[in-house]
Amino acid sequence: MAKITLSKLRHSYMPAPQSPSDYALKEIDLDWSDGGAYALLGPSGCGKSTLLNIISGLLVPSEGQILFDGQDVTALPPDQRNIAQVFQFPVIYDTMTVYDNLAFPLRNRGRDEATVKTRVMAIAEMLEVTDMLQTRAANLSPDNKQKISMGRGLVREDVNVVMFDEPLTVIDPHLKWKLRSKLKELHQRVKATMIYVTHDQTEALTFADQVVVMQDGEVVQIGTPVELFDRPAHTFVGHFIGSPGMNILPCTLQAGAARFADQTIALEGPIRGKPQGKTEVGIRPEFVSLADTGLPATVTKVSDVGRHTVVECQASGSRINAVIEGAGPATGTPVHLDFRRDQTRLYVDGWLASTPDTPDTAAEATQ
Amino acid sequence: MKTENQKAWFFVLPVLVLVAFNALIPMMTVVNYSVQETFGDNVFFWQGLDWFEQILRSDRFHAALGRQFLFTFLILIIEVPLGIIIALAMPRKGFWVPVCLVTMALPMLIPWNVVGAMWNIFTLPDIGLLGYFLNHVLGVSYDMTQNPLAAWVTIVTMDVWHWTSLVVLLAYAGLVSIPDAYYQAAKIDGASNWAVFRFIQLPKMKTVLTIAILLRFMDSFNIYTEPFVLTGGGPGNSTTLLSIDLVKIALGQFDLGPAAAMSLIYFAITLLVSWLFYTLMTKDDLN
Repeated sequence: MAKITLSKLRHSYMPAPQSPSDYALKEIDLDWSDGGAYALLGPSGCGKSTLLNIISGLLVPSEGQILFDGQDVTALPPDQRNIAQVFQFPVIYDTMTVYDNLAFPLRNRGRDEATVKTRVMAIAEMLEVTDMLQTRAANLSPDNKQKISMGRGLVREDVNVVMFDEPLTVIDPHLKWKLRSKLKELHQRVKATMIYVTHDQTEALTFADQVVVMQDGEVVQIGTPVELFDRPAHTFVGHFIGSPGMNILPCTLQAGAARFADQTIALEGPIRGKPQGKTEVGIRPEFVSLADTGLPATVTKVSDVGRHTVVECQASGSRINAVIEGAGPATGTPVHLDFRRDQTRLYVDGWLASTPDTPDTAAEATQ
Repeated sequence: MKTENQKAWFFVLPVLVLVAFNALIPMMTVVNYSVQETFGDNVFFWQGLDWFEQILRSDRFHAALGRQFLFTFLILIIEVPLGIIIALAMPRKGFWVPVCLVTMALPMLIPWNVVGAMWNIFTLPDIGLLGYFLNHVLGVSYDMTQNPLAAWVTIVTMDVWHWTSLVVLLAYAGLVSIPDAYYQAAKIDGASNWAVFRFIQLPKMKTVLTIAILLRFMDSFNIYTEPFVLTGGGPGNSTTLLSIDLVKIALGQFDLGPAAAMSLIYFAITLLVSWLFYTLMTKDDLN
């Protein structure tokens, strides 16, 4: 187990990268503390798998360093880093039994059979696969295969970090939930640092204590699931996390307030610095409600998603979603939308620029 | 309620007709010959199983069968490992992939009798490139028309040259279908190169290798054209394989009865070995 530090990490798949767009990873500085559960969240092609492969040693970064407990491991091959990785498609050794599969990493490192047996039995029990130890691994179902490939990572007692690269992709939906809670349980038992790569927000938010959101080779925000939901640091995070994602409306600024469609939209608090560039208002659909006054809009679509209703509206060329309780109005109905003020954020060039109210500024606003 | 009718038979009928004309009827004429004696003019005498007994007891048949098994054994023991080694050495991506694939496929595109003729000229002691080089440059006495060993080395080498590519291409197809994750996981698990081959590559190639061995067994066991053009079965009878001997009996001596009986025995052996091999190779996958 170890603390992992990524320092000024950059990677390009090209031999001579010139512009920033040639880089699959652009300057990453990150600290993963020992024993934490992390998720790397981002759309396909954002560089999260590249980052994972750099940590595991399957890829050597173009620039920068990786430190395990302060020791530079940038040049070390994967088998000397004491890491474990679980891949998207379960990797198992078809011709071996489940027992031999779990024993494989230990035997390769020359452990004696007695040690191997103790470890394999312990891991098998933890994963609840003891009764299948003697079956051939090829005959297992995908979720059990994925458990075995996880087990091969955990069987080594000195493992620094266990990495999961979208491990639930090929698992049936009803087993996904089971395997996910198994993972969470394993994390609490073995206390190894775990990094979970996914493009599925539910998986990331339920597994991790800290979620790292990536886009285009950059880390956009690091935070707890609640932080990511409450105060997205970037419109991308707002949009990517949440279902439906945050409403982003183009706006102009006038005397410290945002204006959209000839309406003044009150922001959560003062604006940081002197904004220059593209300004947008962001508000989550959960904080938009239908009211008697406010922004005029037309209902274009109503979807009942079970616990609540998503009302899709159109106002001055922009789409605004509202999540409301109970049945929504009919399509085509003119409505007024009310934004909850303390949840209305301002973004400049995509980045969060409004700050929450302090008592001082709140008093000022009411005057 | 399950309704039953016999309509399904009509759907099987076209296949039955096809198989009948393609295999069953020609085969039955052979069966017909194998139990009768004829002196021409469509006059037949019932012979029972005499021809079968005669063939099975004949030393000539035993010798040809022995040579046939030796030939097939030799080419399999060379072509399969060699094919796997070449497939492992081939690049997985990039410019050289098509170059390698086309180069590998070339020998297989040459007609069988042309291959025989090519190797015949190639190995002629006085004018052939290989024959001349061995005899006059290296001073090795090499003449496959005189020396049985030279004849054997030549037909085996020729077959290896002609057909190793088949094993290479099939093994390569098996190799490229292995996802990168397997190699990455093996690296993390600390597996040696041998372990990667033994536990990842070989198991993943198993299906295609089974097919490759089966095809090479059947083709080499039934081989006729190339050795016939190259050595004609000589010197003496040293390279008279089963099919060459069969043609000698059927067309040389015009002993249609024994030839037909021998054909059926030949066919039965090929079928039996193929079936045994395939069953053994796939029995693990069933349970």
